[in-house]
Amino acid sequence: MKSSVIVFPGSNCDRDVAVALEKFQIKNQMVWHDETNLPKSDLVILPGGFSYGDYLRTGCIASKSKIINDVIKHGKNGGLILGICNGFQILIETGLLSGVLLRNKKLRFLSKNVFLKVIDVNNKFCLNYKKKDIIELPIAHNEGNYFANEEQIKKLEDKNLVAFKYCDEKGDINKNVNPNGSSNNIAGILNDRKNILGMMPHPERLIDPLLSGEDGSLMFESLIKS
Amino acid sequence: MKISATVTLKKEVLDPQGKVVSQTLKDMGYNNVINVRQGKYFDIELDENNKEKAKKIAEEICKKLLTNVVIEDYTIDLK
Repeated sequence: MKSSVIVFPGSNCDRDVAVALEKFQIKNQMVWHDETNLPKSDLVILPGGFSYGDYLRTGCIASKSKIINDVIKHGKNGGLILGICNGFQILIETGLLSGVLLRNKKLRFLSKNVFLKVIDVNNKFCLNYKKKDIIELPIAHNEGNYFANEEQIKKLEDKNLVAFKYCDEKGDINKNVNPNGSSNNIAGILNDRKNILGMMPHPERLIDPLLSGEDGSLMFESLIKS
Repeated sequence: MKISATVTLKKEVLDPQGKVVSQTLKDMGYNNVINVRQGKYFDIELDENNKEKAKKIAEEICKKLLTNVVIEDYTIDLK
């Protein structure tokens, strides 16, 4: 499997993702935002960070960068795209995923571990979560409050396009464990074809027992199976 | 031509920053403050003297880049 990690000025989780991909024998290339041609890839990753210093709106300037046209083409042709944190915000700004990510309800930057319920396992990113559907991953964001109108939320829920929701350690999804005010506790969503996943939590940060857990590994293992 | 564009969150979207500003003003004694919505303001200098054309370009700029039309509204002012 071949992957490309797109690097923007201000990306800061790009190397962590590269380490994770390497661990699972995915052949990865780093691609600078100024390139116009995407190398042949099965998977494109938009990493976390603060692309372009979060100017204008988070992810907005990155969504107009030169490489993005090819990334959009890749996604529309059914290629896999994973947007983590700022990458999720970029996917939203490109229109590949619906809705918006507002500032966290309490206006605080959040950096902590959260429990997540895996809502949909029938996609190439989450296959392996069949064996473990309550997981713990870190979040680190200021704009992760997912918002969409009622009709869009209903569509996401009805078509099983919600990948992850914030929950407690037993898997109960309620307002008290919603860190940022997201509609329906949504932490990650898929597009209609389920080849594009955007998520606020960071799977690449939990891929080794030395990093205090391997719940993120399950995603990379799912990807190499696909 | 100079154009100013103001971008604000749509009425139905929660504006936590505006809420905090509003509450602070009330705490400062401005009891007649009813509500505050925070937004962004852009001064755009455009090399175009035709008012109609300038307005059309400004609209496009607002729709394509300056606002996220899902949650934000904009107003344009030509000077």
